[in-house]
Amino acid sequence: MKRLMIAVGAILLACLALWGASLKLTESSVASGGKRLIIYNWGDYINPALIKKFEKKTGYQVIYQTFDSNEAMYTKINQGGTAYDLTIPSDYMVTKMRRGKLLRPLDLERIPNRKYLGYDFLHKSFDVKNAYSLPYFWGTLGIVYNDRLVRRGSIKTWDDLWQRRFRHNILLVDSARDMMGMSLASMHHSMNTTNALQLHLAKAKLDQLGPNIKAIISDELKMYMIQNEAAVGVTWSGEAAEMLSNNRHLHYVLPKPYSNLWFDNFVIPKTAKNPAGAYAFINFMLNPKNAAQNAAYVGYASPVQAVWQYLPQAVRRDRSFYPTQKMVKKLMVFKDLPPQMVQKYNDLFLEFKMYAR
Amino acid sequence: MKGQAEMKNKRLPGLFAIPYVLWLALFVILPILLIVWYSFTNTNQYLTLQNYRTFFTNGTFLRMSLNSFWYAFLITLATLLISYPAAYFLTKLKNQQFWLLLIILPTWINLLLKAYAFIGILGRQGLVNHFLQLFGLGPVNMLFTNFGFLLVATYIEIPFMILPIYNAIAAIDPALIQASEDLGASKWQTFRFVLWPLSRAGVESGIQAIFIPSLSLFMLTRLIGGNRVITLGTAIEEYFMTTMNWNMGATIGVILIAMMILVMLLTGNKPAHGRRMHHE
Repeated sequence: MKRLMIAVGAILLACLALWGASLKLTESSVASGGKRLIIYNWGDYINPALIKKFEKKTGYQVIYQTFDSNEAMYTKINQGGTAYDLTIPSDYMVTKMRRGKLLRPLDLERIPNRKYLGYDFLHKSFDVKNAYSLPYFWGTLGIVYNDRLVRRGSIKTWDDLWQRRFRHNILLVDSARDMMGMSLASMHHSMNTTNALQLHLAKAKLDQLGPNIKAIISDELKMYMIQNEAAVGVTWSGEAAEMLSNNRHLHYVLPKPYSNLWFDNFVIPKTAKNPAGAYAFINFMLNPKNAAQNAAYVGYASPVQAVWQYLPQAVRRDRSFYPTQKMVKKLMVFKDLPPQMVQKYNDLFLEFKMYAR
Repeated sequence: MKGQAEMKNKRLPGLFAIPYVLWLALFVILPILLIVWYSFTNTNQYLTLQNYRTFFTNGTFLRMSLNSFWYAFLITLATLLISYPAAYFLTKLKNQQFWLLLIILPTWINLLLKAYAFIGILGRQGLVNHFLQLFGLGPVNMLFTNFGFLLVATYIEIPFMILPIYNAIAAIDPALIQASEDLGASKWQTFRFVLWPLSRAGVESGIQAIFIPSLSLFMLTRLIGGNRVITLGTAIEEYFMTTMNWNMGATIGVILIAMMILVMLLTGNKPAHGRRMHHE
């Protein structure tokens, strides 16, 4: 009997200890004054040397945690119990978080380095007054091809992907919004359309791409393109930059008529315990020198104008990665669509994946 | 004194169960109830049957369920065809423990690592294609095909089929086989009427151990199948992770659980003896 009680007691105690430990963990990252800064960012999306530099300069201790999708990040912050001081959602997610009252308005006066940001990258539809967000990186959706399998310069538009010569040779990124958007753009429709007919036409057009598709995957796409597994891949510019640096036969194209322009942005969640630290960090990252160091590491394009001076000639001249203002004007930013619409995009995409042959 | 001791003994089993009951309630029953609750509500927390109506009136979902069943069936069949003879010959070998260890060994390696290893083997620049090129055969597409997917899934599941069958066959008294042969049964008859019925329990638990998890495979379908193979697991992942419609995701989950129960009932403990009598 005694032993039994001890056993039950031990289990309860273990549960209690675990619970306490988990509380302590969240708390330790919460409390302890203003000396800690908790950053919640995408995986592999910052130059680690900059965190060290920031810690040294300001004396803050940075706790760096990562997520792998906007939705996962949203769920975690929405459920509470976290105390992130800074996170980096994409454009449409900024809108969603703002609507969900998860964001703290930015006091722009406390971010003097915002003056370095290019005007083209501010005041976008998802946060017109930049009241809640400032851009961190931006990029496009485009086509990567291998010049050993495809003649250089022979891919210019989205429609080129539908040609017979790419039979079973195209890798697509597994993202409903992007792939439906690609099909919509190829038909000159808005990538934010809510028109049911246009959506069904876009899906029908994707179905026709079926025989050309080798696989619909996510992060592995990078590896396969580097290993010459497929001739063509549809992916984001930053991913492409990394592929290009690993395989000199690869090239990135920003296809006509237009594509998606996306932003990842600094925001301060409502639950932040150290906004002062967050402001300091945003300021630090917007410093042109630091922004250039970061862009060189991550491979995406920086919205900080002065970064240009620090970039290598080759990158600066590459219009695919740093398109001209005229090209940028044509690009389309994703809007936060109502849940039924998001569902519609995803249902159609899932259906396409089912029957893609 | 004596009475007290008896009381103690009677109460003890119940008390010992407390930790397990707590465990089951918190980590098994409660989550399932939550899934069921989610499946009967919509995103605004209203009770509704809409999710189920959507599932059963939508061709995509029905096709996906069929797909899941079909691939799970093929994986199980392929595994069984390879594992049964393997398990049988295993019981005839000398150092059985050693061979068993070799079969179990791959299960110590993380699934993701095994999948990535297969990417290296099956790719265009992979081992198999290098080998084929020695004979002048062009690169063959194996990655992102149904064949590749079935191959990898079968490879991964084989140990879970061999083990129960091996245990079942090893438990059969060899005298029974000898008796059957002595009494004039052919090899096939010995297998059909002695070996197979006596090892069926092992086969059944092997099938359950493979068919049920195979129904909701989703990582392999993307890594090896390149999303050319879509199962209910893919849909659940999408509803929870991308569209955040947990209610519909839970509905698919409940339907999967129902399918699994069905499989359990179909392969579960039937009155095997009665059936055999009937055949004879």
